Amino acid sequence: MRYLPLSNKDRQDMLERIGVSDVKDLFIDAPEGLFGKNFDLPDNKSEQEVISYLSNIAKKNQPANDSAFFLGAGCYRHFIPATVDHLVQRAEFLTSYTPYQPEISQGTLAVIFEYQSMICSLTGMDVSNASLYDGATSLVEAVLMAKRVNKKKKNIVVANELNSQYLDVLQTYLQEETIHKSCDTDDICAIIVQTPDYYGTPHNLTKYKEICDKKGALLIVVNTEIISFGLLPAPKEADIVVGEAQSLGVAMNFGGPHLGYFACKEKYVRQMPGRICGLTKDEEGKDGFVLTLNAREQHIRRQKATSNICSNQGLNMVAFTIHLALLGRNGLKRLAKLNHHLANILKETLANNEKIKVINKSFFNEFVIELPIKADLFLEKMLQKNIMAGVKVADNRVLIAVTEMNSQIDIENYNKAIDEIL
Amino acid sequence: MNNKIIKEETKKTNTMEFEGRGLNFKVELLNQRKLCNTISGVDIQEVDDFVLNTGLSEREDLDIPTHSEPEVIRHFTRLSQKNYSIDTGFYPLGSCTMKYNPRVNELVARLPGFSNIHPLQDESTVQGALELMYELQNWLKELSGLDAVSLNPAAGAHGEYAGIRTIKQAHLKKENTPRKYIIIPDSAHGTNPATAVSCGYDIIMAKTTNEGYCDLAEIEEIILKHGKEIAGIMLTNPNTSGKFEKDIIKIADLIHSIGAYFYCDGANFNAIVGNIKPADLGIDVMHFNLHKTFSTPHGGGGPGCGPIAVCNKLKPYLPVPFADFKNGKYELIRETNDTIGQLKNFYGQFALMVRALSYMLSNGKNGLSQVSKDAVLSANYIQKSLEEHYHLAYSGHCMHECLFTDKKQKASGITTVDIAKSLVEYGFHPMTMYFPLTVSGAMLIEPTETETKETIDKFIETLIFIADKVEHGDIEEIKSFPISTPKRRLNETEAARNPILTWYQIPN
Repeated sequence: MRYLPLSNKDRQDMLERIGVSDVKDLFIDAPEGLFGKNFDLPDNKSEQEVISYLSNIAKKNQPANDSAFFLGAGCYRHFIPATVDHLVQRAEFLTSYTPYQPEISQGTLAVIFEYQSMICSLTGMDVSNASLYDGATSLVEAVLMAKRVNKKKKNIVVANELNSQYLDVLQTYLQEETIHKSCDTDDICAIIVQTPDYYGTPHNLTKYKEICDKKGALLIVVNTEIISFGLLPAPKEADIVVGEAQSLGVAMNFGGPHLGYFACKEKYVRQMPGRICGLTKDEEGKDGFVLTLNAREQHIRRQKATSNICSNQGLNMVAFTIHLALLGRNGLKRLAKLNHHLANILKETLANNEKIKVINKSFFNEFVIELPIKADLFLEKMLQKNIMAGVKVADNRVLIAVTEMNSQIDIENYNKAIDEIL
Repeated sequence: MNNKIIKEETKKTNTMEFEGRGLNFKVELLNQRKLCNTISGVDIQEVDDFVLNTGLSEREDLDIPTHSEPEVIRHFTRLSQKNYSIDTGFYPLGSCTMKYNPRVNELVARLPGFSNIHPLQDESTVQGALELMYELQNWLKELSGLDAVSLNPAAGAHGEYAGIRTIKQAHLKKENTPRKYIIIPDSAHGTNPATAVSCGYDIIMAKTTNEGYCDLAEIEEIILKHGKEIAGIMLTNPNTSGKFEKDIIKIADLIHSIGAYFYCDGANFNAIVGNIKPADLGIDVMHFNLHKTFSTPHGGGGPGCGPIAVCNKLKPYLPVPFADFKNGKYELIRETNDTIGQLKNFYGQFALMVRALSYMLSNGKNGLSQVSKDAVLSANYIQKSLEEHYHLAYSGHCMHECLFTDKKQKASGITTVDIAKSLVEYGFHPMTMYFPLTVSGAMLIEPTETETKETIDKFIETLIFIADKVEHGDIEEIKSFPISTPKRRLNETEAARNPILTWYQIPN
């Protein structure tokens, strides 16, 4: 076994020092007869065999680049510069643990600090944590935090079209509690607004902010396409901004791991879940970073912790930070504009097609079309033409995402294919 | 000498700003580095005839530092060099299982057929991904001896949440009440009590005995007192004192006798993988830390992956979705009658599933059995070699981690944190400190199976050297450690008292 460096001689010497004759004697507390069970599993494979075996499985999938590809709905295909994956694979990032020993973890800690700063810049919030599992669980944590902050109020309102995955996950966590769809009641703990919403429409937050102020509710803003912040105003009206940052630095990965972000107003910082990195001084007065405000966490507060979260998405957070550092302000703006521009071209083309109807008045890089046939049938027929045409969001409606990865030819072919199918 | 140089560097010289000294590069934050004039570190086509169709005004206030590609490479490379990693040295963090991370796992996870597929593609175009999930589920079923697996949870603590929720759901469906309490030993990971409370339970703490095991008599008492108000127990086996719970089958019987369920925290699964099946011990549900036991990189804090396995009694409540094989093709089961629901976006940490399966295939059943044997052997070897020099918390053999305390050194004023910082000075990542909470000044050491005897011997020698230094009264020197690191001991109290969490909050 190539990962196991001990020789039989080493093992013998070690057993001798311990004073037992067989390694089985070390498992003395295990109930009799239960050690050394037979497992119905294959023997080990060489590296060459593992690659060949898994490559054959991978070949049974159709990757996005093998077709014209228009899927989004919370997971986006974007270009990742070669630099990002190269740096992420540096062992000092890849194979390190949570930075509990700050003196030998300044690299990861500094990246977290930069990540937190960039998330605050994008979202218009004051503080950010070091990431959470994904967008849906970040929303859950935002709702749980709102309930801690705003204890006297009860109802959670989802005010507009929330990503269906996020709604499902939120429902799992809220258990028997119901999620409300209207702001009619006065007893509101928090209002959730997604922008751009699940159907791609960006929202002005002023009216939601006014309702929140009137009813003493917290405003939670959700965003699943972080590149949109290059073009859309920062959601400064919010108390908490959460969402998915997979779009920068992280591959689609069949849905995971992605990168949940969580930012809020400074006054809530001690209620914020997850890890946070802070700047401090060392013994010589030099600046350095540490994980801080740990008193909120499960390893200190146990059953009184703000959440049970232990790990975050460290490596994806590093990838995000590198990608955004490469883009910089100008690059992110250009990227956002390019996404919007290409989506606009497809939308304009489709809007002229009499067989379908474009539902959105406004959008960032995703919009919904209504079809004269079932969405499932439409997607199947498009797939036969090697176009992954979108995500079904209603019986005869499809959500289409366009990014910088879509060529002009893909976009033209989309419309042509519709003409042939319908 | 080294110390002196660092001190000089920090005295702000008025002659010039240095780029660091030798290979100790200076690192500034991205926003402190001089911003470059190039448009961006990525070339992106500019749109000439841009039309804004968002319904909102265009953003003007974006503030992200802009650098060229080479500057970004240099910045992050320099930062990475300020990190300890498993590829640079020994990382004996107890209960964290910092084993070697094979690079073939990285290679296969990046195959476009795995990394470049969307979770909402037509199922016919992701048959390979579903096959991989199905096969991984089967490996985990076989290794645990349990009946069904959900890969949905994103991390260990998330798996705990999923497991306790299935227990809650089972009671709700059968008895119309979730019951009230979860029993948790006082040596448990902090995530266990935090999870049980997140699921709406009250905690009953169970004591650890003087030998480091869960106290069977106390569990009997708790059960006698609260009976069917108890929903289940959360036990880590082997436990965080480094012991295999020798009464585990009796504990399971007691728990089952009141219709409660037995949850096993699988954080320490590496100690028994491939040799003992948790189901044989009476466990009803457990989570796996794929990143620990099955070698997916910890990445400085994640991503993790925390699937759960359950017995048939709990199968109806498993989180969705999970992979199934029917009529010659793979499919995702997205809804079942009694499921607790979905716990994250989409299906789980898929790219980590690829890595974990790659590791399993590389080891095979023979390799996995050797993994736990070598991990346990190495831990016992360390325990035996250090027991004269440090106070051993509990006598007798340990499993894959051994537990010492600072009791022998404490009279000299040297505590666990000083011993840890001395290890840092001498080139090792320290053990887990101050955990478990059941012993004062805990030092929990987990070598794993991937270290050579030579490395382990060097680690032992270093700890003995530190113990000798304490005995010889070199207290001041130890208290000054580490001195060869990029930063000296950092003021954590100040960081919490006056939080500076972004570069916008740094005082001028």
